Amino acid sequence: MKLTVWTYEGPPHVGAMRVATAMRGLHYVLHAPQGDTYADLLFTMIERRDHRPPVSYTTFQARDLGSDTATLFKTSCQDAVERFDPQAIIVGASCTAELIQDDPAGLAETMGLSIPVIPLELPSYQRKENFGADETFYQIVKHLARPQDRTARVTCNILGPTALGFRHRDDVEELTGLLSDLGVNVNVVAPLGATPDDISRLPAAHFNVLLSPETGETAARWLEKNHDQPHTKIVPIGVGATRDFIAEVGDIIQKPLLIDESRLRMPWWSRSVDSTYLTGKRVFLFGDGTHVAAHARIARDEMGFEVVGIGCYNREMARPIRALAKDYGVEALITDDYLEVEAAIEALSPEMILGTQMERHIGKRLGIPCAVISAPVHVQDYPARYSPQVGFEGANVIFDTLIHPLVMGLEEHLLTMFRDDFEFHDAAGPSHHGGHSPLMDQDASGGSFSAKMKDEPLPDNVVWLSDAERELKKIPFFVRGKARRNTETFALEKGLQEISLNTLYEAKAHYAR
Amino acid sequence: MNAPMPPTNGGCRNAPVLKERGQREVFCGLTGIIWLHRKMQDAFFLVVGSRTCAHLLQSAAGVMIFAEPRFGTAILEESDLAGLADAHDELDREVARLLERRPDIRQLFLVGSCPSEVIKIDLARAAERLSQVHAPHVRVLNYSGSGIETTFTQGEDACLASMVPVLKDTTARELLVVGALPDVVEDQMMSLLDDLGVGPVRLLPARRIDETTAVGSNTVFALTQPFLGDTHAALERRGARHIAAPFPFGDEGTTAWLRAVATEFGVSEATFEAVTAAPRARARKAITQASEALRGKSVFFFPDSQLEIPLARFLTRECGMTAVEVGSPYIHDALHGPDLDLLPAGPQISEGQDVDKQLARARAARPDLTVCGLGLANPLEAEGLSTKWAIELVFTPVHFYEQAGDLAGLFSRPLRRKSVLQLEAAE
Ligand code: SF4
Ligand code: SF4
Repeated sequence: MKLTVWTYEGPPHVGAMRVATAMRGLHYVLHAPQGDTYADLLFTMIERRDHRPPVSYTTFQARDLGSDTATLFKTSCQDAVERFDPQAIIVGASCTAELIQDDPAGLAETMGLSIPVIPLELPSYQRKENFGADETFYQIVKHLARPQDRTARVTCNILGPTALGFRHRDDVEELTGLLSDLGVNVNVVAPLGATPDDISRLPAAHFNVLLSPETGETAARWLEKNHDQPHTKIVPIGVGATRDFIAEVGDIIQKPLLIDESRLRMPWWSRSVDSTYLTGKRVFLFGDGTHVAAHARIARDEMGFEVVGIGCYNREMARPIRALAKDYGVEALITDDYLEVEAAIEALSPEMILGTQMERHIGKRLGIPCAVISAPVHVQDYPARYSPQVGFEGANVIFDTLIHPLVMGLEEHLLTMFRDDFEFHDAAGPSHHGGHSPLMDQDASGGSFSAKMKDEPLPDNVVWLSDAERELKKIPFFVRGKARRNTETFALEKGLQEISLNTLYEAKAHYAR
Repeated sequence: MNAPMPPTNGGCRNAPVLKERGQREVFCGLTGIIWLHRKMQDAFFLVVGSRTCAHLLQSAAGVMIFAEPRFGTAILEESDLAGLADAHDELDREVARLLERRPDIRQLFLVGSCPSEVIKIDLARAAERLSQVHAPHVRVLNYSGSGIETTFTQGEDACLASMVPVLKDTTARELLVVGALPDVVEDQMMSLLDDLGVGPVRLLPARRIDETTAVGSNTVFALTQPFLGDTHAALERRGARHIAAPFPFGDEGTTAWLRAVATEFGVSEATFEAVTAAPRARARKAITQASEALRGKSVFFFPDSQLEIPLARFLTRECGMTAVEVGSPYIHDALHGPDLDLLPAGPQISEGQDVDKQLARARAARPDLTVCGLGLANPLEAEGLSTKWAIELVFTPVHFYEQAGDLAGLFSRPLRRKSVLQLEAAE
């Protein structure tokens, strides 16, 4: 038993959902209680997907337990196949269903369905989300991939991108373009966007590009062993890694590759004088192993930062991250306990964190800027704009991402110089982050300081009575300023001298829409 | 008397109910922890569950509430499943560690989950044992928030019901108001009751444990939330009597609720008018403005919070909408009856869920507004249906007069948004 407040990874069946939701023509029948349907919102809200994940939950209840949850499972299976007409289904159990031991795999097998049924064994009490995705994808590949001839032209598959992945949507596009520039066509991208039929065609490619080792490595190894497809080991995130990746592809296809780097702006952006202030900034890195490893190299070799700490939350990557840390002369932190991460950050007090949404919160609490480089994700990690991490455009994007939380070159000096100016003090934060001035919630009177400075001052013949003032403070700070201004305008219009509790609510009703 | 007029075409209390049993698309009762831990400032909620439970709590909260929240999950691991004797020792250890780190905690709720219930970890026994160890500083109670026992808001019900047996006895004639409300709303309610001369008033849950909520055969209680069926039963077992009333949403609901309480306490008509006239007028004005976009529009409720029936009553009677279907996870006549009486006949009333069938009905009806869970909202929007997320209704102050306009606004915003956006490509 372990007390957990926030988790970096969900349970393994959420990993399976990431694969199922990424694919088309596949359906997941999940033996699970009703509350587990919360997982749908990860996809529809965080990733803004416009379709429900292709998952049927059995949603058994306590009263079903004594009787027949197995029949419930079979009915759900049957209904799902009839209603959604998938090319294949995957079946499995969530943590609770694992305990009631209905054996979804065995049950589905006895049903004589005319489509492939792929059973999943995901040990919920030992493993986590990334394992779930990796294992699910592997099972799908193992069940569906068919031996066949290679394509006439040199092609590869891109393996690993899933739903809810960190920038996978754009990484696939960027990588496809990069490969095409190298003269390599993409045979299948999987699981993202692939159908079960596409999976059966995987062995036609000459090799595999492993974009996301966390979610695709087992499948890639299996394909290497059983279908003689080598796979790339370098994830092309960062300038150096992208160049190395190109060389690696050249080795695989046995052809020296030259590429046009004219779209790559990052090296000049990093060398230009405004970036001088980046030199030696002490950074702490934490996230999934793949992104942390890539960003460590970017941080040190391409941004000129000093790496003061490295860690990852997925134990599967503990070994490479330990080796990397050694290389950088720092201690590796392998944990999924955010309190430990927070303690490490507090102790090292870096000037910047490259982390996940969790570290962003830690940074907020400790006053350390943070750029998000890895899952777990938040709705902010799905920008509308094109925003890949891999390849040359990825390197450009990452440069911007890493400097965004920082105060920029000259601005840094100005802030120090004018630190006593009430608007231009160092606590105001970077000027390009309008709404985030920490002063917002510090103004004890309720309004936001800067908003008050900009607005016409309150005419001194209107007074807030104490009960109204008290009520105003109960209003959440982010709407408090507006409430205050509206009420004052209302009082002025009505020619009132005093703002009472009633005035506050009259005004609220007046402006209600 | 301004009593609400029953609809001329009859209400929905005796309307046939479509009962469905199929895939449900709802949260489990653990979700209630997200608002309960904010309400009870000295309480900690310790879920005994799995990684799924921890993940639900952090995902349903949408954003992480970072200032170390007063909830957590004791995640069961392989070793706990093997032998049960350990689970209790492990729990004792985790609780001791937690309470040492958080001396501000005065009440601890052990919250059961599906896994803890399936493997039969007896949390009642654990709570009793831990209460003895940590008394008098900390009171330990337990309830189930599991998905096999509870649906969404039923978690709050189970939590409050678990507190009823440990409330002190009283023979005083008191009003007990039951249901977690945002503090600002609770203060408004208290001042209305105070102005009416109704008292003493006690609250369940109280903001802190030391407060003097007690119960006995002279207690009368009013519910502010329509999902408190078990708490209702537990209070009746302690001899308290329920004041049945529509729920305090909108002008009409708030007035009817206050009037039921006022009648019970013999408040004069003149006092009632004097106290309620101004806020009623304000509420009506605010509703009129905020509901402009809602008039003549249709609404379809997926079952989520059990707030559906009272809200349908508000939207149809005060905002000029027509209800197509009103789904509720459970319908209790003792709680929902007064609202059903007022809800004009017409809509399909449904209880339980088979989500794919219900989606098919919604698609066929193409309502102007669909009230549903977060998992369904974007997919329905993509099909051109405007939606309102049900969860916002339990996170936002919506009760009583001063919030009536905001409540209408919550529903009208998606429709207003749809009308302001000009994003379609030119023909
Ligand atoms: S439904 Fe059960 S297993 Fe799932 S989150 Fe809720 S309590 Fe946990
Ligand atoms: S704008 Fe605010 S939230 Fe966004 S990265 Fe900057 S500090 Fe963080």
